[in-house]
Amino acid sequence: MENIYLIFIVLLAAFLGFELIRKVPATLHTPLMSGSNAISGITLVGALVASGADNDLLTTVLGTAAVALASINVVGGYLVTDRMLGMFKKKDKK
Amino acid sequence: MESVTLIINLAYVLAAALFILGLKLLSHPSTARKGNVISAIGMLVAVVVTLLDHDILSYHWILLGFAIGGAYGAWKAKSVEMTEMPQMVSLFNGFGGAASLLLGWSTISQQATAGFSALSGAVLTTVVLTILIGGVTFSGSVIAWGKLSGRMGAKAVIFTGLRELSIAHLLGFLVVGYLFVSEPANPAWLYATIALALSFGVLATISIGGADMPVVIALLNSYSGVAACAAGLAVSNTILIVTGLLVGASGLILTNIMCKAMNRSLMNVLLSGFAKPVEAAEKIEGEVKILPAQDAFYVLEAAQAVLVVPGYGMAVAQAQHAVRELQTLLEENGCTVEYAIHPVAGRMPGHMNVLLAEADVPYDQLYEMDEVNPRMENYDVVIVIGANDVVNPAAKEMKGSPIYGMPVIEAYRAKTVFVLKRSANAGFAGVDNPLFFKDNTRMVLGDAKDTINTIIREFGDD
Repeated sequence: MENIYLIFIVLLAAFLGFELIRKVPATLHTPLMSGSNAISGITLVGALVASGADNDLLTTVLGTAAVALASINVVGGYLVTDRMLGMFKKKDKK
Repeated sequence: MESVTLIINLAYVLAAALFILGLKLLSHPSTARKGNVISAIGMLVAVVVTLLDHDILSYHWILLGFAIGGAYGAWKAKSVEMTEMPQMVSLFNGFGGAASLLLGWSTISQQATAGFSALSGAVLTTVVLTILIGGVTFSGSVIAWGKLSGRMGAKAVIFTGLRELSIAHLLGFLVVGYLFVSEPANPAWLYATIALALSFGVLATISIGGADMPVVIALLNSYSGVAACAAGLAVSNTILIVTGLLVGASGLILTNIMCKAMNRSLMNVLLSGFAKPVEAAEKIEGEVKILPAQDAFYVLEAAQAVLVVPGYGMAVAQAQHAVRELQTLLEENGCTVEYAIHPVAGRMPGHMNVLLAEADVPYDQLYEMDEVNPRMENYDVVIVIGANDVVNPAAKEMKGSPIYGMPVIEAYRAKTVFVLKRSANAGFAGVDNPLFFKDNTRMVLGDAKDTINTIIREFGDD
């Protein structure tokens, strides 16, 4: 039964993603990509458990490496997106 | 459900809602920055609440990983040049893929002592998928990064047997994947899966040329999300599934937009390495008319409406600030200045928009191809800066041309066209450009930045 729920989630999330992203204007496509870099760093959440739980050394090392890589995406992705979006300005305010 | 687990899952729902809200606010430049902050808060909620997990006993490894990754990420985000955004995004795609691969691997390694009894066939299948997609994303992104940053040649690398080798990889995935799921205790299958995934990522990207890079980055962006989603299925974590798919959908939509803008199917782009090189259909006859920058000034001084069409060459020449300066001078002279941006201009989706935003060009002066084409006749001068294929009339006029049918900015319909270019050679796609030979076209040869600065100086002397 749990698998059915997961399939449900997958389906709904995919549709939601398409509807949301279709509305992003072309001018913001680069920030969208760096922003999705940041969001895909969500792997961090899974990696935290692998890194911090009472596991053998190999698992801990793999988990910690995953934490480091995902942190690059999260921290770097959000910061660079913010930096970019801060540059987008409307006219008239001169 | 235990109370801590309940809290964690409720917080994941909240985090997902914040991600969705953040993406929704990204639909307009005026709210986008707020959206990014909201999305970051969602991430913070998800991470902090995960740390409450009972399985986490020690924090020093986590801190070590986070300190290293966070410091590098922050440094990269602060120091990267806007012209280098394509390679940075590409590199980050790769990190995302690698993180998912390692996470998938760790779910296997932590069962090594328990004898894999806890892992069902379904879970093992998702682990294989995580490792495959994550591995392909990682090595593919590294190659894309190498090409974009100039560490590797941008040309497509093609050798005989490439097609057969790729097909062998796909068959290998099936065989090794099956063996892995049926015999998870044998690490040989795990390593074979990782090796196959990494080498397939390299194969799939080296055969794609520089001009097709926008498609490849967008696709790898999508893969990095799908890899996170697969990892979520492997460790049965819903927030990973939902969020991974949001990213997957985003990358796929961008890929689709890029392909449409080049009038090619995704398959055609991905398999371009296998196609025979295109023969030039017909030689374009005619004479190129060259105009010195000083004379270009006189035309611009008299112009009422100017359209700027930037391309990758503007990024290479770092000419965006000079363009902005010229815009101010033209506007003070009573001329309207607008920009037309083709979806595949530059090396990633929206690349030109960011460069112009960096140079303080307001975003409401940037227009898409479909908005400027109907009123092209109204522009006195169109300045093409470092763009070629996106303004190539061969896409409309020459049936035999490899880019025939691609939607282009129809600059040739304006009263006058200035093409700022280093030399009169063909563009990245290797296609001759009949625009250079049109009666209303003037070539202003030389470095784009120097050319514009010369014109700016003429304004000053006036």
